[in-house]
Amino acid sequence: MSEPVALKLTAKDFKSDQEVRWCPGCGDYAILAAVQQFMPELNIPRENIVFVSGIGCSSRFPYYMNTYGMHSIHGRAPAIATGLSVSRPDLSVWVVTGDGDALSIGGNHLIHALRRNVNLKILLFNNRIYGLTKGQYSPTSEVGKITKSTPVGSADAPFNPLSLALGAEATFVGRTIDSDRKHLQSVLRAAAEHSGSAFVEIYQNCNIFNDGAFEQLKEPGIRDDHLIRLEHGQPITFGKDGQFCVVHPPAGFGLEVRETASTPADEIVVHDATVADPAYAFALSRLPGFDLRNTPIGVFRSVHRPSYDSVVQGQLAEAKAAVSETPEQQLAGLLGSGDTWTIAG
Amino acid sequence: MSKQIRQLERVVIRFAGDSGDGMQLTGDRFTSETAQLGNDISTLPNFPAEIRAPAGTLPGVSSFQVHFADYDILTPGDAPNVLVAMNPAALKANLVDLPRGADIIVNTDEFTKRNLAKVGYASSPLDDDTLAGYAVHPVALTSMTIGALAELDVSKKDAERAKNMFALGLLSWMYSRPYESTLRFLERKFAKRPELVAANIAAFKAGWNFGETTEDFAVRYEVKPAKMPPGTYRNITGNAALSLGIVAAGVRSGLPVFLGAYPITPASDILHELSKHKRLGVTTMQAEDEIAAVGAALGASYGGALGVTTTSGPGVALKSETISLAVALELPLVIVDVQRAGPSTGMPTKTEQADLNIALFGRHGEAPVAVIAPKSPSDCFHAALEAARIALTYRTPVILLSDNYVANGSEPWLLPDVASLPDLRVEFATAPNSEDGSTFLPYLRDPQTLARPWAVPGTPGLEHRIGGLEKADKTGDISYDPANHDYMVRTRAARIETIPVPDVEVEDPDGDARVLVLGWGSTYGPIGAACRALRQRGLPVAQAHLRHLAPMPANLGAVLRSYDRVIIPEMNLGQLAHVIRARYLVDAIGYNQVRGLPFTATELETMLEEVLKNV
Repeated sequence: MSEPVALKLTAKDFKSDQEVRWCPGCGDYAILAAVQQFMPELNIPRENIVFVSGIGCSSRFPYYMNTYGMHSIHGRAPAIATGLSVSRPDLSVWVVTGDGDALSIGGNHLIHALRRNVNLKILLFNNRIYGLTKGQYSPTSEVGKITKSTPVGSADAPFNPLSLALGAEATFVGRTIDSDRKHLQSVLRAAAEHSGSAFVEIYQNCNIFNDGAFEQLKEPGIRDDHLIRLEHGQPITFGKDGQFCVVHPPAGFGLEVRETASTPADEIVVHDATVADPAYAFALSRLPGFDLRNTPIGVFRSVHRPSYDSVVQGQLAEAKAAVSETPEQQLAGLLGSGDTWTIAG
Repeated sequence: MSKQIRQLERVVIRFAGDSGDGMQLTGDRFTSETAQLGNDISTLPNFPAEIRAPAGTLPGVSSFQVHFADYDILTPGDAPNVLVAMNPAALKANLVDLPRGADIIVNTDEFTKRNLAKVGYASSPLDDDTLAGYAVHPVALTSMTIGALAELDVSKKDAERAKNMFALGLLSWMYSRPYESTLRFLERKFAKRPELVAANIAAFKAGWNFGETTEDFAVRYEVKPAKMPPGTYRNITGNAALSLGIVAAGVRSGLPVFLGAYPITPASDILHELSKHKRLGVTTMQAEDEIAAVGAALGASYGGALGVTTTSGPGVALKSETISLAVALELPLVIVDVQRAGPSTGMPTKTEQADLNIALFGRHGEAPVAVIAPKSPSDCFHAALEAARIALTYRTPVILLSDNYVANGSEPWLLPDVASLPDLRVEFATAPNSEDGSTFLPYLRDPQTLARPWAVPGTPGLEHRIGGLEKADKTGDISYDPANHDYMVRTRAARIETIPVPDVEVEDPDGDARVLVLGWGSTYGPIGAACRALRQRGLPVAQAHLRHLAPMPANLGAVLRSYDRVIIPEMNLGQLAHVIRARYLVDAIGYNQVRGLPFTATELETMLEEVLKNV
């Protein structure tokens, strides 16, 4: 194969002519800018990139990308994108969704896209609130959330999006934050390189209805003691001075945070995103507390499994390779198959 | 001993037994043998939704009716001339449909005290006067089958299961059917178990020979081939014909076909059939639900495939929001609704025409789509092609309204020449289309068809965004402008309303009818048969049948107004009649039944005779 030609695209090439209409201060602006800046790296012609979204603030995203795009209906983007991706393996298909769109009305499509391992890059903007409908609690809101629809506090427990994706055996699972462009782009890069479904949760601030939801992960003085930056092949330590670490406790199923000083170095977990058993990444996804303490970001899991698209295309190719007739000849044969009889003229 | 041979013009046979007795297969094979002989045929399977209802009970009865004749026929027949009853339940469930004098072949082995009690027979109907007036042929079908297979290396259970082939052999003998295709079929079906090939063939031959030798069957019958147009035929069900129509649409358009489907009775057979045609570029996806099925199909259409989804009524309800999106996006999409009796789960294996309203109106907002209904099993092929043609040409969702009756019924199909099928090739947009050639306007319409350009991802320079939000005319940008919305709503309506469809044809051979019977979909056969019968009796009546329900043929209003009375028989409570009355201000009268079964020609004839008397 010849070397791909460098397209020399820039962030500007990915900006559409549409006025961006999110609220001033919305985290979506930062994500949009990060994605537009990152896209040229892919060196994929713009016409071969498609953004498909559902409904919600995040789902306006495709209008602002100068690629192909479809703003579809609530929760259904993964299903629509599946049909597109499977029938057009030449395209790079991205799904943009939110916590309500992906996990509430569209929960079924999300888990099935992930279990099939459709070749989609799914970006879930999680702001833990319904923004476009003006402030109801979402399936990722904390228990007891007081909103317009829950004046005395919500009664239902939230989903942990990464745990859910891992339960569906997603082959790529990552998390990043709207405010950290460099980190966001590093996770997008890894997602783009992955063959199959890549699920990326992006913590995104809704400054109107849920301002400061992820503040502990952003504020310079505090964030380092909350965030666990996962690096493949590196021991998992964190904190301003690396004072915390993650270990497999001898009893129990999950992972635990300990103080680095009192932990023998060989007990500290070395992060390996390629572990076949999703239980490891699942344990990572369970680390954060309700106050966002111990929140891992980065690539939790990246394993190889043939994508649905490649299996389906493989079956088509195999079937087609076995025939030498034209489609018209095949059709004539097909129509006349089975028990036939002829009436003479 | 050579037996007397009697010529008949037509025969209706009903095979009935327990759902595990293989009656559908038996009927299917008999039909195939009959088709080989050149008779015209029409079939009606009737089976419970349960895969194995409790054995020997009335709800567990499964039947298959076949009507064959030496002339062209339109229905599977109202009343059987022959009933094959494999057990007391089958006898009891079907006796009500049997006119006196009919032949009844019963499997006496199943008439045990226990089986009789299960269906509420206090004494055996074979011994009392229940069957007085019928020609009863008691045959120990099970024990004779087991006896015939005694020398073969099969279990008693497998031997007993071959009793349907004994019955088929006997009936094949009675009606002088050619059986080579059945023997070939058995060899194929049981290719991996040669002992079962031998057993089933032996059972078939035992049944044939039993007819030949027993004195209980004194007469053999013949039905001469029907005069049919020359050509090559095959017997085909509606679901099979519809599947082939979709495959043909792919070939004739040169587009890959993408089917998104979720299993649902009675549409699943289309998914099964289409999953076999990968070599012709057909991709099938069994989706996680009905919504994903139509969503994936729409996604594929967006990418330049012919997107198709197949379902039945409950699934149409679930797909409704996505169909509205397809209306807004103006992309091709074929939605197949094989109607069944509703509401809700209703009677999944029984027929009805009660989804006309949801097809025409069942979406939010002003969301018109084209609607087409096939009139017979083989017509499903052409209706599918027509649905694809409209979807591709006018960039619109099209609902194809089949129903359980045409889907599972069968008839001979004159195989079309592939080259004669409609040319469905489409042109994708390849270059900017603004007047100065600088930009791409995704909603700039073709002035003839009002269709917008189909610009598929991967086309350089045409990158654009579409979505469910209202779009500005031409540019497709988001628009909340009042005048623009009004224009777009009216234009989407006009795009459907102005699709040219053929005029409705009226069958009124002598041109002196004052009453018009208007039908749509699967009622074509029974209405046609009733009208023929009336005309033969010197009672003029006209028949018109709608294939296009949206838009309707341009001449329909004039046709309706030229008759004194318009009667609309439907298997619903008057859905088409409602539309016709509203649209044309014609005092159309409905004749409505929702019993899960097709109309019989006789009941329509009786009803129409009353109408004719009172005009």
